[in-house]
Amino acid sequence: MHLGLDEPVRECQYNQICTRNSSPMETLSHKKKRTPRRKWQIFPGRNRFYCNGRVMMARQTGVFYLTLVLIMVTSGLFFAFDCPFLASNLTPAIPVIGGVLFLFVLGMLLRASFSDPGVLPRATPDEAADLERQMDAANGSSGPGYRPPPRIREVVINGQTVKLKYCFTCKIFRPPRASHCSLCDNCVERFDHHCPWVGNCVGKRNYRFFYLFILSLSFLTIFIFAFVITHVILRSNRSGFLNALKDSPARYPLTGREVVVCFFSVWSIVGLSGFHTYLISSNQTTNEDIKGSWSTKRAKNNYNPYSYGNVLTNCCAALCGPLHPSLIDRRGFIQPDTPQPLSHSNGSGLYPSTQNHTHMCDQEHCIQSTKFVLQAAATPLLHSDPVMMGRAGPPPSGKTSLGGPCSSLAPSQPSLPSSMPGLGCAGDMLTLRDPDAHCHHHHFVSPEEMPSPLGPSSLVLPFAAHGGHLNPAQLYDPASQDSLHEDSVRGLVKLSSV
Amino acid sequence: TRHSASLATKVFIQRDYSEGTVCRFQTKFPSELDSRIERTLLEDTVKTLNTYYAEAEKMGGQSYMEGCLACATAYIIFLCMETHYEKVLKKISGYIQEQNEKIYAPRGLLLTDPIERGMRVMEVSVFEDRGSSGSSLSSSATSGGSAQR
Repeated sequence: MHLGLDEPVRECQYNQICTRNSSPMETLSHKKKRTPRRKWQIFPGRNRFYCNGRVMMARQTGVFYLTLVLIMVTSGLFFAFDCPFLASNLTPAIPVIGGVLFLFVLGMLLRASFSDPGVLPRATPDEAADLERQMDAANGSSGPGYRPPPRIREVVINGQTVKLKYCFTCKIFRPPRASHCSLCDNCVERFDHHCPWVGNCVGKRNYRFFYLFILSLSFLTIFIFAFVITHVILRSNRSGFLNALKDSPARYPLTGREVVVCFFSVWSIVGLSGFHTYLISSNQTTNEDIKGSWSTKRAKNNYNPYSYGNVLTNCCAALCGPLHPSLIDRRGFIQPDTPQPLSHSNGSGLYPSTQNHTHMCDQEHCIQSTKFVLQAAATPLLHSDPVMMGRAGPPPSGKTSLGGPCSSLAPSQPSLPSSMPGLGCAGDMLTLRDPDAHCHHHHFVSPEEMPSPLGPSSLVLPFAAHGGHLNPAQLYDPASQDSLHEDSVRGLVKLSSV
Repeated sequence: TRHSASLATKVFIQRDYSEGTVCRFQTKFPSELDSRIERTLLEDTVKTLNTYYAEAEKMGGQSYMEGCLACATAYIIFLCMETHYEKVLKKISGYIQEQNEKIYAPRGLLLTDPIERGMRVMEVSVFEDRGSSGSSLSSSATSGGSAQR
């Protein structure tokens, strides 16, 4: 049996992971000899920590350094070359105001980049198991009428129905307005967007810093732009325009370049500030605005349930509201007896587990993961055509330990409506789409596409049972099941985060 | 003879999002705890915690003042001062500790401060006395036992 052959391979892989992590566990048990570890060192997301956990950024920080360099160079040139002239000929208040603005911009940028955007810590194994039990129970019972699939919970907020989605990576039902950032691999509360210029996600805790950063940067660029122009004009009044330009390159070699940078920055940054001012005044996030979650185009009586009704209250709430504490406690020390969150860390090497939870290295965890993978893969067929469900139905009788949980799930509720036309067609094995946004796409796809996926899909379910034929497009190489699971989960969350 | 308590199961009280993103926990009584504690006691605890959280997140004159002052000092002021939210969180953890000592520990339960679970859930750990032969206890433990690995 295919699976039987592969089980030792899989076990070897998990054993490897376990032994690799026995060193942090040894570290924990030998705490007296070594310094105790802090929680940021085993943080499961794709973040980078500096200064012993005080600073938290995304993995890709190159663009952030570019932002810093651009701001500092442009301001530096301004202070070095234009300010002496302006201070002596106009007023010394100019460099002072410029200096204050510059420091404020820098402060807000660093604050936005270095702070925790509002990351939701992942569920502990007990919580995840409890939720899974509840969802499996919901799967089994049949109810009359419309019920949302178990991976989605509905809440009525302020008269508006909001769907809370289950995050496969973090194993939680996301709070309203939270979203999973695929770049940082974290769920972030009140997720706005991931900003590469800032090198971090923008979420509940650092949105005001981000907004103040772009607002003050707009003022700074307009300020610099205006006074550089003033400088050139004043000079040209004295010695003629061409002479002024000639003098500038000669004595102030980069004035022209400064103007160009400022010009483009001004328009883009002022535009961005304007956009975010609009978002704040209507209490929306970039994410919601892009998806059109609250636009009346979606439904006639669609409105934003989080808005306070008037612009002033919305602005005050966003900018002067209470500052929530970080939930991830990154500088706390790891207690050996507390449960650590489950992680799908993609080969970063750390698979957090304590001695109490070595079951994660078990086959059981592998089964759980594969369960999700196959269930998600199987549901597009089951969702769109109930007749297919009968045919594709429960896998044939040859049940293995893998087929067991899968067979109970295969005819389950269509919990993951998918726009994927066929399992083999898309590059990703799984896609997860927001049913509201993409159900039209799904329905469009399903009638024509249904017959073809039955081919590869019918291979999936018996595969679950026998581990038999492999659809070449399936990419299911048992030896690399871990990486496949990582990929599929990542594909899943990437698309669900859109 | 002393009984040693072992962890039988954990019951999770989930967040209640019906009022938006503010921190609130469901006051619905979990059925697994029926035999362990009176409904009203747990509901009172949850309701009190909900009022604490509402106070922490309240947007009124005080929070605006704090926000504006912090912005004016470029947030440096938080190096020396605690935010209002953090103060309330300290009150909450004191309250939970007191509730545990007075009400929950005598019943073999333990409340975990939600902040330690990322404000996702309120975890109620159910302990079972080893060596005590309460059949109702063991049945409630096994029914939730699948959660325990």
